[in-house]
Amino acid sequence: MNTEILGVILIFLLSVALAWPLGKYMVKVFRGDKTWSDFMSPLERLVFKLSGIDPNQPMDWKQNLKALLGINIFFFLFAFIALAFQSLHPFWNPVGIGNWEPTLAFNTAVSFTTNTNLQHYSGETGASYFTQLLVFCWLQFVSAATGIAACALLFQGLKNKTGSNLGNFYNLMMKSCTRILLPLAIVLSLILTINGSTTNFDGLQEVTTLEGETIQVAGGPTAPMVAIKQLGTNGGGYFGPNSTHPFENPNYLTNIAENIAILLIPMALVFAFGFYLNRKKLAMLFFAVMSILFIAFVAISVSEEMNGNPAFTEMGLAANQSNMEGKEVRFGPAASSLWGVSTTATSNGSVNSMHDSHTPLSGGIFLLDMMINAVYGGVGVGFINFFVFVIVAVFIAGQMIGRTPDLLGKKIEAREVKIAALVVILHPLLILVGTALASYGIVQNPEYGWLNNPSFHGFSEMLYENTSAAANNGSGFEGLGDNTQFWNILTGIIMLLGRYLPIIGPLAIVGSLAAKKPVPTTSGSLQLDSPAFGAVLISVILIVAALAFFPALALGPLAEYFTF
Amino acid sequence: MKSLRIALVLGFSTIILFGVLYPMAMVGIGKAIPHQANGLPIEKDGKLIGFENVGQPFSSSQYFWSRPSAVGYDASSTGGSNLGPTNPDFLALVQGRIDTLIKYHPKLKVEDIPVEMITASGGGLDPHITKQGALIQVSRIAENRGLEVEALNQLVEEHSESPFLGLFGPSDRVNVLKLNLALDELAANQN
Repeated sequence: MNTEILGVILIFLLSVALAWPLGKYMVKVFRGDKTWSDFMSPLERLVFKLSGIDPNQPMDWKQNLKALLGINIFFFLFAFIALAFQSLHPFWNPVGIGNWEPTLAFNTAVSFTTNTNLQHYSGETGASYFTQLLVFCWLQFVSAATGIAACALLFQGLKNKTGSNLGNFYNLMMKSCTRILLPLAIVLSLILTINGSTTNFDGLQEVTTLEGETIQVAGGPTAPMVAIKQLGTNGGGYFGPNSTHPFENPNYLTNIAENIAILLIPMALVFAFGFYLNRKKLAMLFFAVMSILFIAFVAISVSEEMNGNPAFTEMGLAANQSNMEGKEVRFGPAASSLWGVSTTATSNGSVNSMHDSHTPLSGGIFLLDMMINAVYGGVGVGFINFFVFVIVAVFIAGQMIGRTPDLLGKKIEAREVKIAALVVILHPLLILVGTALASYGIVQNPEYGWLNNPSFHGFSEMLYENTSAAANNGSGFEGLGDNTQFWNILTGIIMLLGRYLPIIGPLAIVGSLAAKKPVPTTSGSLQLDSPAFGAVLISVILIVAALAFFPALALGPLAEYFTF
Repeated sequence: MKSLRIALVLGFSTIILFGVLYPMAMVGIGKAIPHQANGLPIEKDGKLIGFENVGQPFSSSQYFWSRPSAVGYDASSTGGSNLGPTNPDFLALVQGRIDTLIKYHPKLKVEDIPVEMITASGGGLDPHITKQGALIQVSRIAENRGLEVEALNQLVEEHSESPFLGLFGPSDRVNVLKLNLALDELAANQN
């Protein structure tokens, strides 16, 4: 069998195999059971004591939400000030990089606070060491931990027989950092360093090439930052071209490790759901539904990229060659496609190939992946998004068999369905309105010159940018000239709405579910862990995505595909 | 007031833990393996001449060429072309690269050109080409350096890297910088 395909299978299987024990471990952390990482507790207690937090104080969904939003406001403000006045903190800024334009600082501060990591700047030329570490590296931990903590609150809400206590957000967030993200990041960072990812503060180094030219090579503390950007579904690279850069991703082994890191926590949270509620069968069903979509997407993208660009064959090149524009020889087309699907499924947003240069259908798959935004999904929020689809599917299935829908022993009523429907509609609304505004702007004012590619592909660039912002993904069709006030403000607003409303809505749902009296399970109850419900769930996901997004996809990637 | 204190103290203490201590600790550990932590530098006669995994521009007829790069192998400001597969400008660029290759390798047939030699990588610093990409350049180098074609083919063969563990990922890659270093050595030994 083709070794490239074998590599893809290896990465997927290893991710699943590692996610299972991690899911078990995460549940222990959420519950506060004894684990090997208890040596962290003096440190956690110190931080809690200094900040006046009682980590054992029970909080209902509103108190938790207030805590989440409060700390996130601090994240944003600190990041914004640090970026807008970058030149004023001169230490750890060896190249002397200046202040950022306010809308770029706004966009980037939002981007890292919301776990999106859309980057309208380029890492090696725009950000000082201070910014890279004290702003970006830090936010990559705490924004990911915000998502994981929110997911743990959701689990508790679904588990409650009666009672409004969901757990303590501060406690869950801190432990997600110290006991889940930090140990994994240390391991991954070490793997990267050993394989030649720079881990220093050397700035630019002068190299004299074999042909006698002098070139400058940028280094820096790459490995620790790449580790957390992969694990926390962040995606904000140290260098502009992200994990295509040899210092971010030096060889095939690091590519395996980094790709697993993209999928690991999102997959583990699905298993954690099963362990936490003791509903392993249901968790397996959810995992199967996600994996069916994931594998189908990978298969399409891999085959499209390996089949290559038909226009090249017309120029006389051999027909059996793959599409290598924007790709690295050391990864090859198959591993690049797997990464592309992984990063768009999980709202990670890091890349190991340039998505703008993928063949039309492969790029279209990436878009669809972000439009669904619940195939494993971003750390924490991915499962929360999936949960919203589950509510809608339970409601529809209940209607079909003529019974009051119930989920895990709680009745789903008008209030829950209304909130779920609003959250489901929000995503296409943000994407399509944003794309419409941008399309109008560029058609009326062609002199803006955002687009790197003409025609259908140019439309795809704008669609991708808005989709990426709404899904809190952060990857891009990077040809788009997106560092303009228009794009900075537009995507900044989309990221904010796309992050917080899908957290607030589902928390409100579990808040109200948690307080409800359980209904007894009877033979008339909807059986969730059955293949039939799995089929309904897949249909709901695909119909929502297809109905809302098909026209936009038809104008972009599909139209481009048919020009071949 | 209470939530302000929480936000400030929790915020700043996490900044210290994850924005300062974590990266500093990893850089500290890196000091134990300086060669790797500095990105696998290659030195020759005490001068830094490159990094194992960072591609370099080669344009003279004496050397094996790297892939095209959207940033001309500028390792202080990297990136890809981000050109779409149907973009006419992109296709014209590719045609130009084919023409250049044919010009410098008159016996080369278009259908023998491997695709990576006419496309730019994502980061603009791809250190590799395929074995085929190196083999098509052998005749030019043999002529310009007065070396045997057979010896050069042998050299390419020796530098051809197999998949990870022999099983996973692309096969038959050649690291251009390492290949050219070996080429210089070979030429020096012959003369």
